[in-house]
Amino acid sequence: MTASDTKSAKQRRADGDTPLVELKDICVSFGGIHAVDHVSVDLHPGEVVGLLGHNGAGKSTLIKVLSGAYQMDSGEIRINGDKAVITNPRDARTYNVETIYQTLALADNLDAASNLFLGRELTTKVGLVDDAAMEAECRKIMGGLNPNFRKFSEPVSALSGGQRQSVAIARAVYFNAKILIMDEPTAALGPQETQMVAELIQKLKAQGIGIFLIDHDVHAVMELCDRASVMKNGQMVGTVNIDEVTDDDLLSMIILGKMPAQIAAE
Amino acid sequence: MTETTSQPIPSQPKRNLFQQLDLDVRLLGMIGAFVILCIGFNILTDGRFLSPRNLFNLTIQTVSVAIMATGMVFVIVMRHIDLSVGGVLAVSSAVMALVQTKLLPTYLGLGFDNPLTWIIAIAIGLCIGTLIGAFQGWLIGYQGVPAFIVTLGGFLVWRNSGWLFTSGQTIGPLDKNFLTLGGVNGTMGEAVSWAIGIVAVAVSLWAMISSRRGRISHGFPAKPAWAEGVVMGIVTAAILGFVWILNSYDIPTRKLQRMFEAKGEVMPEGLQVGYGLPISVLILIVTAIVMTIVARRTRLGRYIFATGGNPDAAELSGINIRFLTVKVFAIMGFLCALSAVVASARLQNHTNDIGTLDELRVIAAAVIGGTALAGGAGTIYGAILGALVMQSLQSGMAMVGVDAPLQNIVVGSVLVLAVWLDIQYRKRMGAKL
Ligand SMILES: Nc1ncnc2c1ncn2[C@@H]1O[C@H](COP(=O)(O)OP(=O)(O)OP(=O)(O)O)[C@@H](O)[C@H]1O
Ligand SMILES: [Mg+2]
Repeated sequence: MTASDTKSAKQRRADGDTPLVELKDICVSFGGIHAVDHVSVDLHPGEVVGLLGHNGAGKSTLIKVLSGAYQMDSGEIRINGDKAVITNPRDARTYNVETIYQTLALADNLDAASNLFLGRELTTKVGLVDDAAMEAECRKIMGGLNPNFRKFSEPVSALSGGQRQSVAIARAVYFNAKILIMDEPTAALGPQETQMVAELIQKLKAQGIGIFLIDHDVHAVMELCDRASVMKNGQMVGTVNIDEVTDDDLLSMIILGKMPAQIAAE
Repeated sequence: MTETTSQPIPSQPKRNLFQQLDLDVRLLGMIGAFVILCIGFNILTDGRFLSPRNLFNLTIQTVSVAIMATGMVFVIVMRHIDLSVGGVLAVSSAVMALVQTKLLPTYLGLGFDNPLTWIIAIAIGLCIGTLIGAFQGWLIGYQGVPAFIVTLGGFLVWRNSGWLFTSGQTIGPLDKNFLTLGGVNGTMGEAVSWAIGIVAVAVSLWAMISSRRGRISHGFPAKPAWAEGVVMGIVTAAILGFVWILNSYDIPTRKLQRMFEAKGEVMPEGLQVGYGLPISVLILIVTAIVMTIVARRTRLGRYIFATGGNPDAAELSGINIRFLTVKVFAIMGFLCALSAVVASARLQNHTNDIGTLDELRVIAAAVIGGTALAGGAGTIYGAILGALVMQSLQSGMAMVGVDAPLQNIVVGSVLVLAVWLDIQYRKRMGAKL
């Protein structure tokens, strides 16, 4: 490991290192609605940036620009300082961007392993899909994520909400992501599984992966994130360092749409 | 996540016989209905329905629709529909007929029944079908015109293009070699048929054993050995039984005599020779195997089913749905042309009305065979069985002497009934699809 690998995300920011991801001045509109309105955020390796905001604030839309699901109207994406062109989910994968979508994006009629490897199937020597190998890999990774998961041969429509979520998480972390987007990854999880995801985030962070975490739970954001960005009505309220704010500061940013300093001044 | 609270692993719940055998209950239901149908008709026709002759005819009549039904499974699984299959069949048949009776023999001077003729004609026909399918798929996938509309238009366009090319005339007689692909004029005899049957048994048993080995080597649960044995026994009996039936339909003595005379020999007194497996049926079997492998063991098939299950998820997983749509319709077009080969060879001519109403038969076969119109679910063998059920119903009623209008009423009702039963079954099983 070189010296730069061991730096903390905070140190990197202080040193002015090139961020892993920069979303600059992104605009997305649907018809007349400005879902994302001139929003900029960045992310360093080994950093977890929380995205907060009320329902419909534009969080999912913003990250879908990075994951290739939506096209931005204007703005710029830079990855490792270079301009990135992401026009579809395949492009995003080439930049090692992996996403856990809020809607989970699972094919309900396929089993867990087929979903885990969807679009990147393991194949045998003759090029046929190797279901046994995929199921074996799937059992391995699910073992570390949700040890009680046992429904490997059923279609995922037969799984509980939390089990489905585990499959979606497994898919995002299996393929050596460098940039991980998690859109409400623990929404359907029980306390034990939520704890496992928290541990997973810590582990991935230690490996130098950059994570955007969208979560409505301010407490969880305080615990897991290095910074938090708050959005309101498609606009960026502001970005704060977690160790400089309280739960209440974040809450009032979400609700009032103002930075803590502004509120204090009033 | 109630399931995942830390409890000791529950012991395997008691499983009934069917579950232990891990057989497709739906498939068994369909086979059961088919058997009852056959026995019923057999009683009503004083044993004529289940005679080797009728079973042989039933088989070759089913081939054309069954081939297309395998492609329709993919189309419907992708949440599309193809109303143009009869039209594509007709235009492919027209082009192939023109190529083998006019273009090659006269204009290119190959003469009639040149050994190259049938190959060139079929190659051209298959290309035409594939191109038409791909074009329709492009309109659907890239231009966003609904499949229903594109293929409804195609229904008129393609059949009538064929009509234009042939000026509405019946074209024939077709090439001698080409005709062997139609059914009764191209069978493989008893010995070869048995050999093919035995190879088929060997391959299926090997496939089942190696799949079982794979599961065990990965430490996955596998069904008990006795259950595996029973399934193997059933498969073996089914394959060999099928060959036996086709072999027991003897070539009529007069036809046999003519065949010997053609070779300048004298037929031995009292000789009995069975037809055996028709080439057209072999084409269907190969198609079914290839399509099943595509569906289950290739990325293409995996993507087709994933897209049918959740198009958004498939897209977000990096699957190019548009191009996938083109591929699926191209496959459908190819299979229509392949059916055109079998159908026109069976009729010995190209006629204007070849394949009329086939779109409905093909869709019905796929749907009766358990393909869900909502997308994401369907099997190739189900569609073939569906085609067989439809054909049996139709010829059975014809043999019993049911009036034509009543025949259609029954077929229509059976279609709705089959889907209703399927929905009830799925509800019972608690499946969401
Ligand atoms: N595909 C779409 N078509 C039209 N409008 C959309 C679409 N997706 C999002 N929107 C609109 O864009 C705005 C932002 O939506 P977005 O899903 O980004 O919100 P969010 O911050 O993720 O909310 P939540 O916390 O509820 O997930 C909303 O007003 C929404 O109605
Ligand atoms: Mg959202």
